[in-house]
Amino acid sequence: MFLRLLRWFDDRVGGARFGRQALDRIFPDHWSFMLGEVALYCFISLVATGTYLTFFFEPSVREVTYDGSYAPLQGVEMSAAYRSALDISFEHRAGLVMRQMHHWSALVFLASMTVHLGRVFFTGAYRRPRELNWLIGVTLLVSSIANGFLGYSLLDDLLSGTGLRVAYAITLSIPLLGPDLAFGLFGGEFPAESIIPRFYTLHVLILPAVIAVLLGAHLALVWRQKHTQFPGPGRTEDNIVGSRLWPAYAAKSAGLFFIVLAVLAGLGGLAQINPIWVYGPFRSGLAVTAVSSASQPDWYMGWLDGALRLWPGWEPTVGGYSVPNPFLPAVVLPGLFFTLLYLWPFLEARFTRDRRPHNLLDRARDAPTRAGIGAAVVAVYGVLFLAGSNDVTAGALNIAPERLTTLYRVLVFVAPAVAFGLTRRICRELGRRPVRPVAGMPTHTIVRTATGGYETVPDPESASAASSSSSGGEL
Amino acid sequence: MISYRGVGVAFALSGLAGLGLAVVYILGGQPQWEGALLMVALGGIGVGLIGWAKQLYGDSEETDQRPVLPSAVEPRVAFATSLERSEEFSRRRGLTGLLAFAAGSLAVAALFPLRSLGPTPGGTLRRTSWRRGSRLVTEGGGEPLRPDSLGRGGIVTVFPEGVEADEDAATVVINVDPAQLGEGTNAEWVIDGNIAYSKICTHVGCPVGLYREPEHSLLCPCHQSTFDVLDGARVVFGPAPRPLPQLPLGVDDEGFLIALGDYPQPVGPSFWNRGR
Repeated sequence: MFLRLLRWFDDRVGGARFGRQALDRIFPDHWSFMLGEVALYCFISLVATGTYLTFFFEPSVREVTYDGSYAPLQGVEMSAAYRSALDISFEHRAGLVMRQMHHWSALVFLASMTVHLGRVFFTGAYRRPRELNWLIGVTLLVSSIANGFLGYSLLDDLLSGTGLRVAYAITLSIPLLGPDLAFGLFGGEFPAESIIPRFYTLHVLILPAVIAVLLGAHLALVWRQKHTQFPGPGRTEDNIVGSRLWPAYAAKSAGLFFIVLAVLAGLGGLAQINPIWVYGPFRSGLAVTAVSSASQPDWYMGWLDGALRLWPGWEPTVGGYSVPNPFLPAVVLPGLFFTLLYLWPFLEARFTRDRRPHNLLDRARDAPTRAGIGAAVVAVYGVLFLAGSNDVTAGALNIAPERLTTLYRVLVFVAPAVAFGLTRRICRELGRRPVRPVAGMPTHTIVRTATGGYETVPDPESASAASSSSSGGEL
Repeated sequence: MISYRGVGVAFALSGLAGLGLAVVYILGGQPQWEGALLMVALGGIGVGLIGWAKQLYGDSEETDQRPVLPSAVEPRVAFATSLERSEEFSRRRGLTGLLAFAAGSLAVAALFPLRSLGPTPGGTLRRTSWRRGSRLVTEGGGEPLRPDSLGRGGIVTVFPEGVEADEDAATVVINVDPAQLGEGTNAEWVIDGNIAYSKICTHVGCPVGLYREPEHSLLCPCHQSTFDVLDGARVVFGPAPRPLPQLPLGVDDEGFLIALGDYPQPVGPSFWNRGR
């Protein structure tokens, strides 16, 4: 029956040879190769839960009075957007789980992308011939950060309203274009009414389409160029070692898909995220000029908020025109960071003069300078991220936020320098250690016998290593 | 490594959790149960699949050759030759020029609708709704502020009467001891210790909502910019580049506090030509 269906299909479309080759493809196994897959599965979860949410969410700032089941807000004026988000949380069965699962999926999506980026960076997987896929990957990251921000800004709660206010001021700060850009993007002076419907279109249509297309291209290139692999016995630049796509790899990957979704569902049901009813509405009589203290954005925006907090109150004037304060920390700094990130494969090729194709990955220790630079970037990111929550930390440690800010202002320079030096040093020393037989490679000792003959004896240690190693795969 | 029995248990648990999910939904739904059961339903399938695959294939590895990515010279040349067929178009210089002109002007024309996305900023960034004679009312409405409405150390957020919705006009009035005022403050605009500053932070526009009475400082909760109320809202800490503008206050014939005009400088976050 199944074969007849296949024949019917192949008679009309052909492609049996391609299908066979596809099923026989080999994918290398290493736990770190899962990170990109996790991101992909988070995206699927985002699309699924997000589609469900669109059936109930009303992207409008039309003013309504709340009369739902959450007592503390009854009778409060709010936007239809905020009320529909409350209704999803309190009135629709399973709505809260869907909403929280959507939010958690976004957080884990960006986290897995970021760690995936780190894996690709430290192992040099972006080297020729994979520079194109690096560019696509960085674009995916930028689009996803943007879409995450747009997503939590739609609910029109007090916290996200504060985030939009900051985004507006950052846009406004761009020299020459700022005021027109800000008015064009937000539809007028903040808080203009078009923000929510406009950002909704961007969030549910434009950016998801961009992400889906780029994801497709990203995977197509992995398919075409085949995955990189770590060096090891029997692995060369010209071959690929791993599990066959069908059915071993497919079953494991499908299993991972279900486990990722399981974790997201568990988080969505058991770990509260973005409780907008606690924050209150943004657009309501009183709240337009209110803000809660301890306003923290979602984690992937934290470093930018930290940069805004650490930057001193400079505002240079050039011939009567000012360079607005947020421009450097919130426009130039991330702009520079992502530009360097885009250019990195080409910069490295230029400095190392290494333009050969690479299918075997580096370990971090194989490229100490690269590892050092990566560690320095992680350190700056970490300090800025911490600075983004300096008020909360200061409260918890019971010290003045001013002192903490001063400390971070120093650390943001010291930490990357230390991280660079230390990481490079450690990598160099690790690289200098004597080479030992790779674990898992069976080794033998040749022994001369008393009669003058030769005998090959397997090494007991390597034999046991061979049976216990090779566990570095899949999960 | 999970045994076949373990795989079976995982699938069975998943199935039961799926049924449980349906029951919870029918009974009216409960977020924690829904999340936990969904987790077990999905996770059971995941764990089972991976365990099964590992039972069947273990960590066995297979090897394949990688393809050579670059094309050989011949197909490359053939491709370039096919591509160059389009040169037949470029022989007509005049026509290609006109086509470029048509496409170019269409592109320019298509840019103009961008202008409709928002109004021209014009003067809106420089003005608020405060006018000479505007009385100061709180958002909930009620009686306009009088010089004695606030006790010493009191603080209130006010708007111009009649335009309480203009958030740019948000202003804090604080009652301080006039004797302590510093040079940064315009003392003529302070009425009986009532001093009025814009509530919109000069950093990125958050409402400067926290008043630390002992230090007479206004603190922005977003990025911790701190302003000295006694000294013209001078920035004492944080990223804000400028003091909060001070609203000129006076008293009208009926004894209410009024604004003597709009803020002398633009309020809120900076833009490039604010000084012009």
